Amino acid sequence: MTDRGGVSRRDFLRLGIAAGPASLVAACGWDGGATLEPRLRAFGRINDWVGEKIFLSRSRLAPGYPASARTAERLFPAYSITYNQKRVYPEPPSGWELEVGGLVRSPARLTLEMLGGLPPVSYTVKHHCVEGWTAIGTWTGVPVSVVAELVRPLPEARYLRFDSFDSGYSNGWDLASAMHPQTILAYAYNDRPLTRERGAPLRLYSPVKLGYKLTKYVTTLSFTRERHGGYWEDQGYPWLAGV
Amino acid sequence: MDRPPVKRHHGLVRLAHWLNAIFLVGMVASGLQIYAAFPHFGPRGAPYPVPNPWAGESFPEWARLGGWLAGGLNWHFALAWPFVITGGVYLGFLAFSGEWRPLLFRLRDVRPAIDMQLYYLRLRREHPPQGKHNALQKAAYTGIVVLGAISVLSGFAIYKPVQLSWLTALFGGYELARYWHFVTVWIFVGFTLLHVGLVLLVDPASLRGMITGWYRGRFPSHD
Repeated sequence: MTDRGGVSRRDFLRLGIAAGPASLVAACGWDGGATLEPRLRAFGRINDWVGEKIFLSRSRLAPGYPASARTAERLFPAYSITYNQKRVYPEPPSGWELEVGGLVRSPARLTLEMLGGLPPVSYTVKHHCVEGWTAIGTWTGVPVSVVAELVRPLPEARYLRFDSFDSGYSNGWDLASAMHPQTILAYAYNDRPLTRERGAPLRLYSPVKLGYKLTKYVTTLSFTRERHGGYWEDQGYPWLAGV
Repeated sequence: MDRPPVKRHHGLVRLAHWLNAIFLVGMVASGLQIYAAFPHFGPRGAPYPVPNPWAGESFPEWARLGGWLAGGLNWHFALAWPFVITGGVYLGFLAFSGEWRPLLFRLRDVRPAIDMQLYYLRLRREHPPQGKHNALQKAAYTGIVVLGAISVLSGFAIYKPVQLSWLTALFGGYELARYWHFVTVWIFVGFTLLHVGLVLLVDPASLRGMITGWYRGRFPSHD
C-alpha cells in the first residue's frame, strides 16, 4: 500500500490536513463565488426579517444631540453616483415635483412649497454609514408618514420605493421603517436648504437606517406590493440596513 | 510506557470546539474585510486616540473574506448565526452536564494559578497537582467564554446602535463599541496562538483527545 504510486497513506493524511487551512486561505478575499454568494445574499433575507420584526421598534426614537455636537460640514462626506462618474452633482429636472403614487387611493404631485407647508420635523442625530463612520447633523423635513396620510395607501401596499434623478439611484423600504416618526423627506440640512451635494431639492433621511438607504435627489415615492431592491442592495448590500 | 486512555471530551464539546474554530476564522476574516472600509475609530474627522497599529491600513488579502465591503458584511452576518448557536449549545451543554465545574475559574483557583505560572517560569520544580485542567487552563477557558460573549455583545451594539442603544451605551457608544469589537479579535488571535502553541509544545496528546475524545497524555487527572 505504502509503495504504490509513491504516496503513503500517511502522506495522504498530511496532505488532507494541509488542504483544509490552505483552501480556507485561498477562499479569502472571496465573496463566495457563483454558488455561495447568492446563497449568502438569500440568507440576508433572514437578517432583514429579524431586523424589521424583532429589533425595529416603531416608536423608539434615535437620541437627539445639541447643535454644538454637529460634525463640521466639510467632514461630513457627501457623494452621489452621478458625482462619482462625472464629478458633478446631479441637477434637478426643471419643474421638479415629488410624485407620490403606486398602490394609493389618491396619487399626488407635491412641490417644495407644498411640502414646506406641512408640519415639519427637525432633529440633530447621528448618521451611521455602512463603512463604519458616523457624523452628526441636523435635518428638517416632512415625515413620510404624513405624506402617506395624504395619498392613503391601499391595504395591499407592503413596501415603499424611492427613486431619484441621480443616475438611477433608488431604494426599497419596509413600511415599518418608512412610517417611523423620524423618517422624513428632508429639505434642510443644518438649518439651511439642502445644497446640491446633500441631495437638493429633497432627500430621504432617517436615523434608523444606514446612509445608503437614504435616497438623495428624490423624484418619486411609490407604494408597492413587491420588494424593490435598490442601487447598492442589488449589488449585494444588506437590504434592511436598519441600525 | 502505555498509559490507559482516559475519556476526556464529550462529542458535543469536540464538535463545538472544531466548528467554533472554523466559524471564528470566518468571523475574523470577514471582520477584517469590513474594517478596511473605514480603518479608523471615532467619529468622522475626529479619531479617538485609541491604540491601533492598523490605523489607516487594510489587512492583506489572504486575511480578508468577502472581497469587498458587501461581501464581508454578508459573510459576517451569515456566519454570526452558527457562531452564536455553537457557543450557545456549548454553554448549554456545560450547564446541563455539570462539565462547567472543572472549567470555571473561581477565587480558589487564584493560588494554584500562581503556582502553575511559577512552574512554567521554572521557578517551581514540581508540576502542581491538578484536576482535569490546571488553574491557568481554567482561567483561559473561562476567559475565552467571556471574550466570546463580549465579542457577540459588542457586535450587536454596532449592528443596532439605535434599537439596542442601551447596549451600545454600555460599551461607551457606537464608536467605542466598534473599537472593543476590534480589540476582541486580537485577544482571540493571541489566545489561539498561545493555545495551539501550548498544545503542540506541552501536551500534543491533548490534540488527539479533542479529536477522538480519548486522552493518553502525561497529564491524567490527579482527582
